[in-house]
Amino acid sequence: MADATLDAKGLNCPLPILKAKKALKELANGQTLEILATDPGSVKDFEAFTRTTGNKLVETGEDGGVYRFVIERVA
Amino acid sequence: MTEGGVDLNNTKKMTIICTKGTLDWAYPPFILGTTAAAMDVEVTMFFTFYGLGLLNKDLDLKVSPLGNPAMEMPMMGMHVGMPNLVGMLPGVTSGATAMMKNMIKNKGVASIEELREAAVLSDVRMIACQMTLDLFEMKKEDMIDGIELGGAATWMESALQSDINLYM
Repeated sequence: MADATLDAKGLNCPLPILKAKKALKELANGQTLEILATDPGSVKDFEAFTRTTGNKLVETGEDGGVYRFVIERVA
Repeated sequence: MTEGGVDLNNTKKMTIICTKGTLDWAYPPFILGTTAAAMDVEVTMFFTFYGLGLLNKDLDLKVSPLGNPAMEMPMMGMHVGMPNLVGMLPGVTSGATAMMKNMIKNKGVASIEELREAAVLSDVRMIACQMTLDLFEMKKEDMIDGIELGGAATWMESALQSDINLYM
């Protein structure tokens, strides 16, 4: 169970990333954020985002066109 | 943190020169600027010529199909371009703008106002070109808060310390 959830369904690039960054800022290090998105581009984007910022992408998945990401705040 | 002109800070930096003020061309700089800021990049945006209008408090951005054969709008399952002869008619620009804004909304794409607000909130440094302000008789009071005025040298200083410099 993640510490917070961000519903980014229906949003297009770059909004899921921008909103995720904002939500991550409100978490403490070690806490996790779950993101739900429908933008297929967000799959590669969240990988790049976490690699670049040092945050950890701990889980990814897809269910019926909804992509799910869990990011642990590290930086 | 600089010493002898050398940046000792490890933060990545980027500058974007924004020269265009139409609805379509307003997107690339704000998308990349806000995304870079979200990825911990220190961003400077320099607004000059027609791009300067992007800093106005009230935005009324437009897009025109005139002279833009690449602008084909999805319509009834097809992509339809507009002959220049039609694009030049009164009302076509506002019609095309309304269509584009409608598409933007329906596809969950951010508005420019929204992206600009995100840029402000993520401390993107925004510089309004003083020369353009004078040239087009624009006023800083009509622009959003938190911007600064500057010129080519102001951008140069930033650009020399940056990892990425883009011109749009």
